Amino acid sequence: MTDVLPPPVAPLPRLGEPAPGFEADTTQGRLALEDFRGSWVVLFSHPADFTPVCTTEFVALAEVAPSLREKGVELLGLSIDSIYAHLAWMETIETSFGVEIPFPVIADHDRAVAKAYGMVMPGDSTTETSRCVFFIDPDGIVRAMIYYPLTTGRNIDEIVRVIEALQTTDARQVATPANWRPGDKVILPAPRTVEDANARLAQHPDARHWWFCETDG
Amino acid sequence: MACINPDGTLSVVARDLLLLLETPQTAEASARALDLPLFRIRATVRELSRAGLIDRTAETLSRTDLGSEALILDAESER
Repeated sequence: MTDVLPPPVAPLPRLGEPAPGFEADTTQGRLALEDFRGSWVVLFSHPADFTPVCTTEFVALAEVAPSLREKGVELLGLSIDSIYAHLAWMETIETSFGVEIPFPVIADHDRAVAKAYGMVMPGDSTTETSRCVFFIDPDGIVRAMIYYPLTTGRNIDEIVRVIEALQTTDARQVATPANWRPGDKVILPAPRTVEDANARLAQHPDARHWWFCETDG
Repeated sequence: MACINPDGTLSVVARDLLLLLETPQTAEASARALDLPLFRIRATVRELSRAGLIDRTAETLSRTDLGSEALILDAESER
């Protein structure tokens, strides 16, 4: 009897590793990931154009796009629809919702980008891309990922919050606690030696523990 | 090639960039002048370079003779 092996599963991107490179047709011309170097990129996939949940997400993302750009963040959408479908859908969003989509959207016909990023979840849909979000830093490193199923529209506030948290971490070498928002207290990395633990308590007498020390955000 | 339309004309961004590069400048300065995100300039530069329409020397972009010809042909096709 011959063993039947399951089909190979494409590796997913990993946190802290380089984001898979690509060059793809988009609604703003042919773009490569490399074109975004020096900026944060929020690469996100949606299942299909002309669908209601995706439309609400695009409207909400368009609303935060200007403030994200001010933070050095570019949005980049993706689905397996064609450029023409993307353009027609964006035109419909503008006429029906009064919202212009300012970010490029990849037309990933051959799913080359979707495969590289593990955006197709066969248990969710064998054809459409799930609602995936990749946070890629200015050096091209994957810093965070969020995956939602087809039925659940994303929380755009959370996408913005994750970016703000990552940028705060990079700027100050701190961690951000649960439900952190800009201006909230941040967490100092825990010391790793007895001497540093004692020094932490000396420097921060109000700390709950040497390993749990908050400071102003 | 996205910087050249199927009918052979230049894309709007490609044309604007070629016109701007009558005076050589950096990608960053070009992005500011055209009020476009830098990623769009970089993408257009890549394609126009491949087509031989612009040159990249260190950080400076400049239009080639072929780029100037492309603009003339593009203007003629508009008539």
